Amino acid sequence: MPKDGIGASTKRREDVRFLTGNGRYTDDINLRGQAYVHFLRSDVAHGRIRAIDTSAAEEMPGVIRIFTAEDFAHAGGLPCGWQVTDKHGQPMQEPKHPILAEGKVRHVGDPICAVVAETLEQARDAAEEIELDIEELPAVIDMRKALEDGATKVHDDLNSNLCYDWGFVEENKEAVDKAFSEAAHVVSVDLVNNRLCANPMEARVAIGDYDPWNDQHTLYTTSQNPHVIRLLMGAFVLSLPEHKLRIVAPDVGGGFGSKIYHYAEEAFCTHAAKILKQPVKWTSTRSEAFISDAHARDHVSKIELALDKDHNFTAIRSTTLANMGAYLSTFAPSIPTWLHGTLMAGPYKTPLIYVNVKAVFTNTVAVDAYRGAGRPEATFQLERVIDKAARELGVDGVELRRKNFIKPDEFPYQTPVALEYDSGNFHATMDKMLELSDYANLDARVQESRENGKLRGFGISQYIEACGIAPSNLVGQLGARAGLYETATVRVNATGSISVLTGCHSHGQGHETSFPQIVADMIGIDASQIDLVHGDTANTPMGMGTYGSRSVAVGGSALVKATNKIIDKAKKIAAHLLEAAPEDIELKDGKFSVAGTDKSVDWAGVTLAAYVPHNYPLEDLEPGLEETAFYDPNNFTFPSGCYGCEVEIDPETGKVDIVAFTAADDFGTVINPMIVEGQVHGGLAQGIGQALTEHCVYDENGQLLTGSFMDYTMPRADDLPVFKVDHSCATPCTHNPLGAKGCGEAGAIGSPPAVVNAVIDALHRAGHTHVQHIDMPVTPARVWAAMNTK
Amino acid sequence: MYAFDFVKPATLSDAVAAMEQEGAQALAGGQTLLPTMKQRLNAPDILISLNGIAELRGVRREEDALVIGAATTHTEVARDAAADYPGLAALAGQIGDPSVRNRGTLGGSVANNDPSACYPAAVLGSGATIATSKREIAADDFFQGMFATALDDDELITAIRFPIPHKAAYAKFHQPASRFALTGAFVANFGDGVRVAITGASEEGVFRWTEAEAALSDNFDAAALDGLTLPAKGMIGDLHGTPEYRAHLVAVMTRRAVAAAR
Ligand SMILES: Cc1cc2nc3c(=O)[nH]c(=O)nc-3n(C[C@H](O)[C@H](O)[C@H](O)COP(=O)(O)OP(=O)(O)OC[C@H]3O[C@@H](n4cnc5c(N)ncnc54)[C@H](O)[C@@H]3O)c2cc1C
Repeated sequence: MPKDGIGASTKRREDVRFLTGNGRYTDDINLRGQAYVHFLRSDVAHGRIRAIDTSAAEEMPGVIRIFTAEDFAHAGGLPCGWQVTDKHGQPMQEPKHPILAEGKVRHVGDPICAVVAETLEQARDAAEEIELDIEELPAVIDMRKALEDGATKVHDDLNSNLCYDWGFVEENKEAVDKAFSEAAHVVSVDLVNNRLCANPMEARVAIGDYDPWNDQHTLYTTSQNPHVIRLLMGAFVLSLPEHKLRIVAPDVGGGFGSKIYHYAEEAFCTHAAKILKQPVKWTSTRSEAFISDAHARDHVSKIELALDKDHNFTAIRSTTLANMGAYLSTFAPSIPTWLHGTLMAGPYKTPLIYVNVKAVFTNTVAVDAYRGAGRPEATFQLERVIDKAARELGVDGVELRRKNFIKPDEFPYQTPVALEYDSGNFHATMDKMLELSDYANLDARVQESRENGKLRGFGISQYIEACGIAPSNLVGQLGARAGLYETATVRVNATGSISVLTGCHSHGQGHETSFPQIVADMIGIDASQIDLVHGDTANTPMGMGTYGSRSVAVGGSALVKATNKIIDKAKKIAAHLLEAAPEDIELKDGKFSVAGTDKSVDWAGVTLAAYVPHNYPLEDLEPGLEETAFYDPNNFTFPSGCYGCEVEIDPETGKVDIVAFTAADDFGTVINPMIVEGQVHGGLAQGIGQALTEHCVYDENGQLLTGSFMDYTMPRADDLPVFKVDHSCATPCTHNPLGAKGCGEAGAIGSPPAVVNAVIDALHRAGHTHVQHIDMPVTPARVWAAMNTK
Repeated sequence: MYAFDFVKPATLSDAVAAMEQEGAQALAGGQTLLPTMKQRLNAPDILISLNGIAELRGVRREEDALVIGAATTHTEVARDAAADYPGLAALAGQIGDPSVRNRGTLGGSVANNDPSACYPAAVLGSGATIATSKREIAADDFFQGMFATALDDDELITAIRFPIPHKAAYAKFHQPASRFALTGAFVANFGDGVRVAITGASEEGVFRWTEAEAALSDNFDAAALDGLTLPAKGMIGDLHGTPEYRAHLVAVMTRRAVAAAR
């Protein structure tokens, strides 16, 4: 066994630089002669720009130039990467998303002018001297009102505020309606999936640089996917060919989805650097992040479940209004549709499902993917309605779920909502969760809490998600305007050390540790001999980046393919050196030997021969040892699991304390168990944050009430229990070479309904049976109000 | 931030003189003032730092009272008042986080009179006296509504004199995001009377709950508060709680403070 191969809990090598303050983030980069840009942003949610007078501002000290929309008349709008087709077969309504506001401002934070000056303070001073004449228009905030006849339009050139009306599977609609009319029981819940702000620790930064002597543009940016930015910004916005445009995303301090998208500030800095012949830097403040980073979730839904007299699920109907915000962010249209509707079967055998989603434009910041993206919304609906069904039918929620689970021997399983699950064992993760959480003795703990004046309850959530996005031809049919393969180059050096070049990007996931583990395992050398290179389009192969828990499942599979090519070639070299046939060469623990003999050559002997090919079959084999592979997945991967949340409520204040949380996940093959646990911890913290504390709130005029951490409640360490995390119930993915499914989002997907179910359980056990649902975040004030209003 | 001048006097008299200049503003821990300056919501011409003045700093016992210099940090109060006035020390130890407590000061908090701040409850609940560069002001006269106090623009708090009660405690219910007080109750039993001060709840800022004071003066027991309620009218309603919720929390937190008093 090599040191630090697959399955080893190797400590994260990148943490040394992160924890000692030696990471190199975008804001740590300062280029000679750089100027600073400050964006003058709209402070009204909706308005018509009548005039912009920059003359006084231009006279301010240090000002280099002030840009407005006119300076980008030649440029394209920020592109949307996914086109959804509505239930009538028509394409969605797709408004232009200009770099700087054109004619109208459409949300608080919409950039209007960009002031470039020698210092940031000078840019801010000058921005205050710009005279804006903006006619305020009524703000469109509430999605229901936005869809009413005669509603003010966010985009004058569109027919309405409806982006699309999507039906899935439209052909099933009638059959679903019929199943509901014939059902023995129908249970429904109206719920809100609360709007969130990702708030990665590092706010966004962009630095544009231009080298006129080589006509080379470079953009340093806080991105999860530098190649995607190069493609979108180069091809659609600024018309720059790839070979003239380099994107560098160095250390990135968390993304959670919010750094997938191509943002206006990136295009601005890239373009301005060329015009001004000097680097241009923008660093977002936290206040700016709240009004310019893509927001998340924001669904208003009705979920209905039909059951027969034996409590088998017969149909599911889900109806959602999904907020798009003022513009379509890069992947926004796909989230409430293909990443949401297709998950509506969950881990259950429900023969008929119909999902309707209306996506709505409002005068708010654009909404897009955030850890889980669509799947948390689907899981939340399912697990809430099943929880309610168990209560209404007077049956045990565990038994109701078990009864309707897809059974371990029923895989592959074709759901009625397009996905084919390859593997899973829901009974096993459920049993494991119940065992680890000591569910059997729950009643005694409830009693003990009662004696201490507290209300205790337990909530269950069983989830399945689709990760490893995705088969390119399939997503192409569904409207994606990109392929979703991944790449790896394995560059073996003469002395045997290896550089792995990947199109994935690590911004907290620990790839620099886990990717080398894969190669170390396959070749049988120490992981310390292998380094990962990522984040720079100049020195990595074209890849689609990191999101959707895809890196190991897709990027890791590309790495396995490339490493296999390396091994094949290395065996040929070894065969030559050992004077044997390649078929007879075995590789074990970094050593090539001829089967059944004691003849062998070690790894470094082969790599040296490859680069110093004195004794080498040059007529049959190229020298060198470097291979690239592209991997396009055959299917999504399907992580699944069961979560149990135990809460105590203080009935006097309504405050919910999570006293225990157990996660039993099936991630398939796990490369580094410690990193996987860390990913689950982080996901749980974010899911619990959504369930208990986080909420982006606009008032009716479109002012963001939660524009700072004084009002937007991030979960903190003392809000969270010590998690019990298990991934022993693994069923490997059947269609990728690692068997890995992905673990990045599970925690955020499975946990919100577990928390809310636990709160409702605690209230019911204490006799507050009138409380059927509490919308997230389940704040003390909301719990208290629910308990005290009948 | 806009440009400003900065002075750091070494004596109180120099500070008082400096405060007379046009556009001068005192800077203590900066935990409230600096964020507003960074957001360009506040633009003093001259900042007069109080952090280099030894006579404004420290906790000392004077007979039945604890006298605390205005520039004493929350961390120092949490540590140095613990033996003499544990209820006050505990309150200081719950303000913000360590970095806020290591910089933020008693004088800054009281001068600012944030309706959700903790110290105003202790000052009013203790019946303290605020010593300034000009005069002495009783707590009952000092707090004049949200962010409003009896201080003149150029007046500095120099120290606060807290009479030490037999028993006292502060019970704080967090506003979840800021972790200021969504509602906090400071209860002090002086033997010959009880004072109850409530912060975080009222649109008028910190106030005394006189009905509770009367009930507790008769019988210093949480049960003495049974049935006592406050009207929701005039309570703060925001994202984090309705007026009804805050009115309810006033009673809950007062009971808890009584139970915890020592
Ligand atoms: C993250 C965070 C969390 C916090 N949590 C809490 C909390 O839980 N509870 C709580 O009560 N507070 C909390 N605070 C506020 C904190 O206690 C501040 O320190 C306090 O409100 C202001 O004190 P300061 O010394 O920093 O004053 P500064 O910010 O320096 O000044 C505040 C104001 O007081 C004036 N001033 C300062 N000193 C004097 C003086 N001696 N005489 C006259 N005027 C003066 C200044 O001119 C200014 O107008 C928190 C603050 C932060 C940043």
